[in-house]
Amino acid sequence: MADVPQLKEVHDKARPDPNNSANVPTSHEVQIKTPDTISGMGHRMKRKEDPRFLQGAGRYVDDVKLPGMLYLDLVRSPYAHAKIINIDASAALAHPGVLAVITGKDLEEAGGLHWMPTLMSDTQMVLPTEKVAYYAQEVCAVVAVDRYAAADGVELVQVEYEPLDPVMDPFEALKDEIIVRDDKETKTNHIWHWEAGDQEATDKVFADAATVIKEKIYLPRIHVASIETCGMVAHWDKIKEHLTIYMTSQAPHAHRTVVSLVSGLPEQKIRVISPDIGGGFGGKVPVYPGYVCTIVASLVTGKPVKWIEDRSENLQADSFARDYHIEAEMAADADGKITGLRVHTVADHGAADAAAQPSKFPAGLYSIGTGSYDLQAAHFAVDGVYTNKPPGGIAYRCSFRVTEAVHMIERMTDIMANELGEDPAEFRLKNFIKPEQFPYQSPTGWEYDSGDYAAALNLAMEMIDYKGLRKEQAEKRAKGELMGIGISSFTEVVGAGPSRSFDILGIKMFDSCEIRIHPTGKAIARIGVQTQGQGHETTFAQIIAEEIGLPANDIEIEHGDTDTAPYGLGTYASRSTPTAGAAASMAARKIRAKAKKIAAHLLEVGEDDLEWEVDKFVVKGSPDQVKTIQEIAFAAYTNHPEGLEAGLEAVSYYDPPNLTFPFGSYICVVDIDKGTGEVHVRRFVAVDDCGHIINPLVVEGQIHGGLTMGLAPALFEEIVYDENGQNLSGTFMDYLLPTAVETPNWELGKTITPSPHHPLGAKGVGESPTVGAPPAIANAVVDALWHLGVRHIDIPITPQKVWKLLREHGVDE
Amino acid sequence: MIPGKFEYLAPTTLDEAIKLLTEHGYDAKILAGGQSLIPAMRFRLAAPEILIDINRIDGLSYIKEENGHLAIGAMTREADIDHSALVQNSYTLLAETAKVIADPLVRNLATVGGNLAHADPANDHPATMLAYGAEVVAVGPGGERTISIDDFFVDLFENSLSDNEILKEIRIPTPPANSGGAYIKVERKVGDYAVAGVAVQLTMDGDTCTSARIGLTNVSAKPIRATGAEAALAGKALTDDNIRAAGQAAAQDCDPSSDLRGSEEYKRDLVRVITMRAIRAAATRAKGG
Amino acid sequence: MSYPITVTVNGQEHSLEVEPRLLLVHLIREVLNLTGTHIGCDTTSCGACTVLMDGKAVKSCTVFAVQANGRAIETIEGVSNGGLHPLQEGFWEKHGLQCGYCTPGMIMSAKAFLAENPNPSEDDIRWAISGNLCRCTGYVKIVEAIQYAADKMRESEEA
Repeated sequence: MADVPQLKEVHDKARPDPNNSANVPTSHEVQIKTPDTISGMGHRMKRKEDPRFLQGAGRYVDDVKLPGMLYLDLVRSPYAHAKIINIDASAALAHPGVLAVITGKDLEEAGGLHWMPTLMSDTQMVLPTEKVAYYAQEVCAVVAVDRYAAADGVELVQVEYEPLDPVMDPFEALKDEIIVRDDKETKTNHIWHWEAGDQEATDKVFADAATVIKEKIYLPRIHVASIETCGMVAHWDKIKEHLTIYMTSQAPHAHRTVVSLVSGLPEQKIRVISPDIGGGFGGKVPVYPGYVCTIVASLVTGKPVKWIEDRSENLQADSFARDYHIEAEMAADADGKITGLRVHTVADHGAADAAAQPSKFPAGLYSIGTGSYDLQAAHFAVDGVYTNKPPGGIAYRCSFRVTEAVHMIERMTDIMANELGEDPAEFRLKNFIKPEQFPYQSPTGWEYDSGDYAAALNLAMEMIDYKGLRKEQAEKRAKGELMGIGISSFTEVVGAGPSRSFDILGIKMFDSCEIRIHPTGKAIARIGVQTQGQGHETTFAQIIAEEIGLPANDIEIEHGDTDTAPYGLGTYASRSTPTAGAAASMAARKIRAKAKKIAAHLLEVGEDDLEWEVDKFVVKGSPDQVKTIQEIAFAAYTNHPEGLEAGLEAVSYYDPPNLTFPFGSYICVVDIDKGTGEVHVRRFVAVDDCGHIINPLVVEGQIHGGLTMGLAPALFEEIVYDENGQNLSGTFMDYLLPTAVETPNWELGKTITPSPHHPLGAKGVGESPTVGAPPAIANAVVDALWHLGVRHIDIPITPQKVWKLLREHGVDE
Repeated sequence: MIPGKFEYLAPTTLDEAIKLLTEHGYDAKILAGGQSLIPAMRFRLAAPEILIDINRIDGLSYIKEENGHLAIGAMTREADIDHSALVQNSYTLLAETAKVIADPLVRNLATVGGNLAHADPANDHPATMLAYGAEVVAVGPGGERTISIDDFFVDLFENSLSDNEILKEIRIPTPPANSGGAYIKVERKVGDYAVAGVAVQLTMDGDTCTSARIGLTNVSAKPIRATGAEAALAGKALTDDNIRAAGQAAAQDCDPSSDLRGSEEYKRDLVRVITMRAIRAAATRAKGG
Repeated sequence: MSYPITVTVNGQEHSLEVEPRLLLVHLIREVLNLTGTHIGCDTTSCGACTVLMDGKAVKSCTVFAVQANGRAIETIEGVSNGGLHPLQEGFWEKHGLQCGYCTPGMIMSAKAFLAENPNPSEDDIRWAISGNLCRCTGYVKIVEAIQYAADKMRESEEA
């Protein structure tokens, strides 16, 4: 076997935190400490950013128009694996509107730009010189005066290919008969081998187990398919020698640094602007070849160049999610307590390891897969593999590889419960980590900050009348009707992350906020994260309002422009509230600390004589001796104390001491049509716990959306290739997004178990439902069919899959 | 995403349109609703040199009962069928069909004539018109002629119109008393083509089915009738056994291809299941239920 | 070759010469610079490009600009009239949008729908927007927003 990197996950011990209490109490009421006029945390505040979106005044990348702007379109490979014999651009160049055609050879001559580094320190072709390695791979770029001419130009480029056999299956790929990356010294498709946990301890637990179950679980390739595709406007100003980039980017600062390192252009001469972004979900984290071509096109022509990909390009070539072939084993003792977990996974990365993970975690946070349960030992092993598919591995609306981990543990838990003849809810309640065990050290080295899993599950059971449903199920089963109830009790891990373990290409994963208060008591705050619909312009204002009492409506939130926003690592994997939210809080507290000094000066008392009350400092025992934050702000510019600088501003770069661990319990009810195999989701109750809530209206929206992006892979979505490597589901005709008709009316509940280490007690939430929903639905369908002898069904659970099982087990309409 | 170039003509009369078709022949295509043609042109799978837009011709959009049939102008939009009280009340099979074609936005432009003329077994109206025993009226340089729906679909994307004929009207014979119809379409999601679809129109005499016509959607190379299933019902009482036999016959009548919507076996079995359901629904309506 | 057309967009008449193959959505976005209408797919599937043509909601990516000759187009920019339309209000109140990209299409679809169906049920609304895809919201609050607008519009009708 070829010499392949052998990686081991290591967790440094968290800094001891005085706030880490063993038992953080759980509540059910949203905490509100400010009045409506200030609208701090907990308020259902209408979003400040909405007016422009409602009136068609949003500014997305394709809305950017610069004088003299050109258009770029890409010629793409119709083969999954082929040598490039010749590229004839003569007919395209003869087209009146076409100005240039850029090939891999051109990029190579420009200084080795035909290859670029990936976020996982692999390399990826920008444009090929020797061969193409996936269907729809970018082959060359056409630059034209408008998008119609660019499209015509693409049709006119003649590429001669010599097709090669592709390898589409990662297990086949591991045989190393067809090599995907022959550019590498070692000719192998095995990228790396990674492990986490304790193999010896796990083996022992399995040897002693009363029950061992084993299951193969495949999570197919899916695509985030945000309604806005990816794109860029690159503008190289050759007089100023300055590059401005408008980009669909979830992480503009990181992208700026990468562009600087790859192009050699000095970083202060590059400005990346993420304007309004129409959904990200992880898909706008990678650097795609189209972006690089667009920048090069602008450098070469000296004009602004726009590239906006079509939906088919987006689905067929951009980074995918999942594609994990999982083999899991679970051990339980004689009392039905889960004792051990052993997981081996083959990870299909496509033609490059371009996964968007923190650099020390090639399999993301997959080892969180012991889930909400108190096990003794666990061992995870993952093998990354190259195949002739588009490169990548992004987190489709979830934390890194957590959907894979949770799907696995929740399916295995259900199978074990059923094997042992126990009710899946009772089985979970028995095996949950208990509140008094927090902060909980998992067998794979994670320190869960807080949780009360039983409270969430019990609430969900109450909301859906679980007992009543089981009764109904029994009655229906007696009549031959198929109804299923599925539970998922997940723990997510979000907020990457502490600098001791988390970095992207070496840049630590802190995040930032800079706040400046104006003399008239208004403020501007700039953050290092990047909304793509999560409502930051409102929620961050609410955080700051909470801390310093300025009304949220008086606080302007800015982000996305690398020239003005402080350095941050962007928004994905539900990290914004845990990192930048904390930074906003800390920066606001610095301001409050300075405000206290100013207040003391104005009131002519010592700082110790002052108390903070929502939006003002009050002299203890003299309630009419008061200075409001607005008065203090004014004084910062007109009457600042001696020895103190004027002005009222602060910046915080927050290095989180730990990740945060939102959790929840979901219960899904399905009815199955015995004739057609169609699965109807009758009800879905979702109880989420994300700690203290900033804006319940926004949180509800995040959960509804996340649940829908959990439903979609559970029942509808799959990227399908044929044996020749052709993408068969590369448009919305066959890559199926649910409409309002397929989507159920989600029922939400909540518990609130604050994070002890986060300044606001808040955790991330936007992606928990994408993680928790698919196993709830899968468990429900299997639950409906368990009595027939069905143990597992891979998602997407299509009607045909159900039909096949029904007929195999002698069930018909 | 961006179509190729073409010349655009927008005649205001049928005669003008026919003249243009005759003149340009193979290079020209009719633009009706455009909801099938324009997507194909955007992928350059269709690249006509000349587009003849017939949306400016008056008098091609109507829904009216006359002379023992329902006359539908070829340019009638699916949305108009969907909103027609006459169709809702008296042509249930047609109402159920129009409702599930594509999505509401596409239905605002897509036409009944276009849906039929495309001769695509994946479209929904062909099966329904076969079930109704409809006929279409074509206009050409030589004048008008009527074509029975049974003779209209020749092959995949091939209808029996000549190159310079245009569909003008669709006629559905008004069903006699004690008739009922149903359209069942199984789709992966709203807006999709059918995995399989069945259109049933039958007439009852007490518990006996005196006539039945059954059309199938997307389970054959061209739109077809399930003649075996029809034979299993004609003149028979609609017992569970007979309905089951009709379902099994329909499964044999069809010739589905395996694709992303489903395997051949699955589609065949679906046809069996939904044929039975559609027969039951149609029979209930025929009996006044 | 170019073809002359006259199109009224949000009440304003425009006389232009266009290539026959110019899609209506590009006429709106590129020629008339009304970028509120968005493009989300290439198979007439997503509805982000929905506008009203002679009062009917259509996917402007699947209409040629020449087909709009002599017709009246309404886009999202034409919806508010002095103040916010009840639909815009409803989407704001009920948090019916997150990234905002599908929102103009949703509002245009809903506007045409409510004109025909002023008192819809939840199912009616879900059915009416089944040609408009959203990835962010999970539709629940979009449905609530449209219900809010329907209620508000009926109230002012009755008043």
